[in-house]
Amino acid sequence: MSVAEAETGAEIQDQALALDAWHRGRGARMVSFAGYQMPIQYEGIIAEHLWTRAHAGLFDVSHMGQLNISGEGADAALEALLPGDIKGIAPNRIRYSLLLAQNGGILDDLMVTRLPSGAFYVVVNGATKYDDIAHLHEHLPEAVTLNHMDEQALLALQGPEAVAAFARIVPEVETLTFMTAGAFDWQGTPLWISRSGYTGEDGLEISVSADKAEALAERICAEPEVKPIGLGARDSLRLEAGLPLYGHDLDTQTTPIMADLGFAIPKRRREEGGFPGADRIRIEREQGPVQKRVGLLVEGRQPVREGALVLDGEGNEVGKVTSGGFSPSLERPIAMAYVPLASAQPGAAVRLEQRSKIFQATVAPLPFVPHRYHR
Amino acid sequence: MTLYFTKDHEWISVDGDSATVGITDYAQAQLGDVVFVEVPPAGTEVAKGKEAAVVESVKAASDVYAPVSGQVTEGNGALEADPALVNTSPEAEGWFFKLKLSDPAELQGLMDANAYKAFVESL
Repeated sequence: MSVAEAETGAEIQDQALALDAWHRGRGARMVSFAGYQMPIQYEGIIAEHLWTRAHAGLFDVSHMGQLNISGEGADAALEALLPGDIKGIAPNRIRYSLLLAQNGGILDDLMVTRLPSGAFYVVVNGATKYDDIAHLHEHLPEAVTLNHMDEQALLALQGPEAVAAFARIVPEVETLTFMTAGAFDWQGTPLWISRSGYTGEDGLEISVSADKAEALAERICAEPEVKPIGLGARDSLRLEAGLPLYGHDLDTQTTPIMADLGFAIPKRRREEGGFPGADRIRIEREQGPVQKRVGLLVEGRQPVREGALVLDGEGNEVGKVTSGGFSPSLERPIAMAYVPLASAQPGAAVRLEQRSKIFQATVAPLPFVPHRYHR
Repeated sequence: MTLYFTKDHEWISVDGDSATVGITDYAQAQLGDVVFVEVPPAGTEVAKGKEAAVVESVKAASDVYAPVSGQVTEGNGALEADPALVNTSPEAEGWFFKLKLSDPAELQGLMDANAYKAFVESL
């Protein structure tokens, strides 16, 4: 037996997360991801996935980049790089946004929160964080300061029972609603908690000093609803939730309109422009992109994975699968793909090719599994 | 019946010139949750060391190689409806295919249970 799509093994240059020993002690299988040794699974991806959908799962996402961007005019400076309404974010509110290249291609997707101080707390992808920091340093004006909060760990507690479980540790957390955040205290340890996540479920993302991360993870997992969950289930959960993964479903070749993320460009920004790629994005929005990101329900039981081709009636390549796998909740293969605009409507039939084998698929609305956010 | 193992983590149980092939408990643990198996239909000619079946876990697709050459006499149809048998019973109900050996001499060089155990411990 050979693993064709091998999980990467330990790399010598990998960094260890603050919770490295804790993961290993809990039986995690560790893999190399984004320059870190990270837990791919503990008891098994399907069990962990279904546990998170039914109860609550604790994910260590400390590989992600946590940035603090402050100074006079930080909001205007960020609006020159992101198409979101950064000026309009009220304190303790969170927005999803995109770091764009000059041609409108996506450099990263991220979350921006305005802190009570007026500064911004920005969470970016682990695999792109050093490129993002270099890009921001190059483009932000002198008066704006960027601090990489690399002394902070980040824990995500996700699932329908997540907030009830965490409220036994910090009761005030129940005051948060979806896409809001705030400062909390746990036995003298400051926590910055966001009611947000990457699973489609209600949940929290908790920024904590790395030296307190193990004690907090241990305390959270003492709640009966909570189990630690690996990267494998994080990927299958976000795929079911229709959430794109940077480096797979989004990259510099895709624009916000192609990626069907137009909601991240509000009306004022569309009308005023003033962000990278604004002209191209306006034209794509009016005329339609060449390709669009869609969900696919794949016939049969065999997963169709990233890299599979989308074919037209003559067998020509007209798109590609960017994420794909087996949905534990739906018990069937699902995927995300870029397809020609003419084939992007729900119900459209699409042909795929993987390892010289043809698969039939149907375009499905995203998300595959309904979001259950606490609004 | 004699049980042999390959370095690619297949097992083959041989009875005369007939044999049953599957993947080992170590292999299924490495794969994790198996969600799809494609076994060769009866009549397929397989060659030692060449792809004979496909097993897919949540995370990855893997080829299963024929430990020896021969003609497939039966694929395990139960795996189509219940691929998780590979996880729960890799060395019994989760077998992949049966075959008639074309060259029993190919069995020489495969490992016995003790040698395979030592091989896995060395990984």
